[in-house]
Amino acid sequence: MKHIKIISNNIFQKDHQTNCKECQSSCQSACKTSCTVGNQNCAREEKINKKETEILK
Amino acid sequence: MIHTFSFRHKNILLYFLWDVESGSLHVVDYLAFLMCKHHYKLLMTDEEYDDLNSFAVSDRDSTLSEILTLEENNLLNCVSKITNYTKSVDLIKSLCLNVCHDCNLRCKYCFAKDGTYNTLKDFMSPEIGMKAVDFLIAHSNSVRNVEIDFFGGEPLLNLRTVKKVISYARSKEKEYNKLFNFTFTTNCTLLSKKTMDFLNEEMVNVVLSLDGRKLTHDNVRIDKYGKGTYDLALKNALAFKDKRNDKKYYARGTFTSLNLDFCDDIFALVEKGFDQISIEPVVLPSDNSLAIRDEHLDRVLKEYDLFAEKYLESRKSDKWFNFFHFMIDLENGPCINKRLSGCGAGTEYLAISPTGDIYPCHQFVGNKDFVIGNVFDGILNPNIRTIFSKNTIFSKGHCKNCFAKYFCGGGCTANSYNLTGDLHGEYTIGCKLTKKRLELSLAIWAIEKLGL
Repeated sequence: MKHIKIISNNIFQKDHQTNCKECQSSCQSACKTSCTVGNQNCAREEKINKKETEILK
Repeated sequence: MIHTFSFRHKNILLYFLWDVESGSLHVVDYLAFLMCKHHYKLLMTDEEYDDLNSFAVSDRDSTLSEILTLEENNLLNCVSKITNYTKSVDLIKSLCLNVCHDCNLRCKYCFAKDGTYNTLKDFMSPEIGMKAVDFLIAHSNSVRNVEIDFFGGEPLLNLRTVKKVISYARSKEKEYNKLFNFTFTTNCTLLSKKTMDFLNEEMVNVVLSLDGRKLTHDNVRIDKYGKGTYDLALKNALAFKDKRNDKKYYARGTFTSLNLDFCDDIFALVEKGFDQISIEPVVLPSDNSLAIRDEHLDRVLKEYDLFAEKYLESRKSDKWFNFFHFMIDLENGPCINKRLSGCGAGTEYLAISPTGDIYPCHQFVGNKDFVIGNVFDGILNPNIRTIFSKNTIFSKGHCKNCFAKYFCGGGCTANSYNLTGDLHGEYTIGCKLTKKRLELSLAIWAIEKLGL
C-alpha cells in the first residue's frame, strides 16, 4: 500500500493467547501504584527485555 | 473503534492509526490520516478539513481504497467481539505479603503512611507467613507459577520472616507442583552484602526505590530525622544491580509536582548505569502539595514527549535502557483474558497484613471495610471478591470507549477508590497519563521496528 504501512495486526487474536494464568500479576512487577497490564509478558513467550535479545527481532 | 494520533520524531510528524479492538497499528501518511478521520467521522479541525480538500480527488480515492482494504481484512474498524466479562474468583495465584508495617524512612508521598497503613506498627510472624503460603497453595488450583511479593513498610526490617516463608514455600513446591516466584520491594538503605546475595539468589524480581537525581530523591525520600537518603540508597542499589546480571530488577521512582522535569531524573538513573527503569507519577489527593494536579497536566504530557524522543535516541547508543511504561510487545504481549482481568486485585491477587488479614490488594490494607478474611479461617467475606470480579472495563463507563482499555485493564482500582470514593470511578489524571504513555509506546514500537 502506498499510504499505509501495517506495523502490527490482530495482536489480540493470536494463538499464543491461552488464558493459562501462568503469567505474572501486574502489580508484582514494578508498579504498585498503577495498572500496567499491557506491558506484561506472556509466560509462554517470556524473555527479559535486554538489548542483546532485541525485542523487535 | 479507531484512535488516531501523531508523534514528532527527528522533527518529522509521524501519523498513526490504532485499531482498538483488533490491536492493529498502522503508520500512515498525512493524507491517509485525514481520510481515516473523515471516513470514520472522527473529530477534525477546520485546518484538517482544509488540508484534506487540498489533496487531489484521485489521491483521496486511492487512499480510501487502502483504508477499505484494511477494514475488509479486519485490520481497521473491527467490531468488539467481547462485550462483557467477569473475573474468576475461583483462583488465587498471587499474594503481596506486608511482612512489616514499619519503615526506617519517612517518604513524603508514601501511601502506606510511614509503612504503618494507619495501623499499629507490626511485623508478620513466620507462622502467619507460612499460613499465607498454605493459603496460596490451596487456592491456586492447577496453576504452577504462583507469586509472593514481600512488601512493607520496608520488608528488610523483617528478613527473618522473609527467609522462613521462602524456605517453607520451597519445601512445598515439589509436593504441590508449584513454582514460587518471589519478588521484593526495598528502599535500599538496609541492603548489606549478605542480604544482596540472598535477594539475588531467591527473587525473580527486585524493585529498588530510587527517585532519580539527588535533589529530587532527597526532597522526598528522607529518614526519620529528615535527612535525605540518596547517597546510601544509590550506593547499595548500584552494588546490588552489579550482582544481578540477567535477573530482573527495576530502579523504580516516583515523580511529584516538585519534579515535573522527571525526564532528567530518568536519565540521572541511566547515567548511573541502571538499564531497567520505572518512574511513575505520584498518586495523591489534589490538596497534597506533592500531587500531580490538572494544572500540571500539559507540562507532564510535554515531558513524556520529550522523554520519548530522548529514549529512542538513547536506545541506539551505548546507553540502552528499558522504561517500564513504554514496554509493550505487539507480537507476544499478554492474552486478551489477561488484558480484561487487569491487575487481578481482589480476585487472583490479594494482600496479607502482618496479622494475617486478607485484603483485595496492598493499597487497601488497613481499611477494615475491605477485609476479605484471614489466613487462618480463609475467605470470610466473599462478597468483596464478587464486587472486584465485576470491576472491569465493561463496568466502568469511562473505559468503554477508551483506546487504552486493553493496556490498563481498567486501571488501578485502589486509585479509583481512594481518589473518587468509587471502585468504578475515573481517576482522570491517571487515565490521561496512561493514554499518553500508550500513544508513545505504540509510536516507539513502530519507530524501532521500522528503524526510523
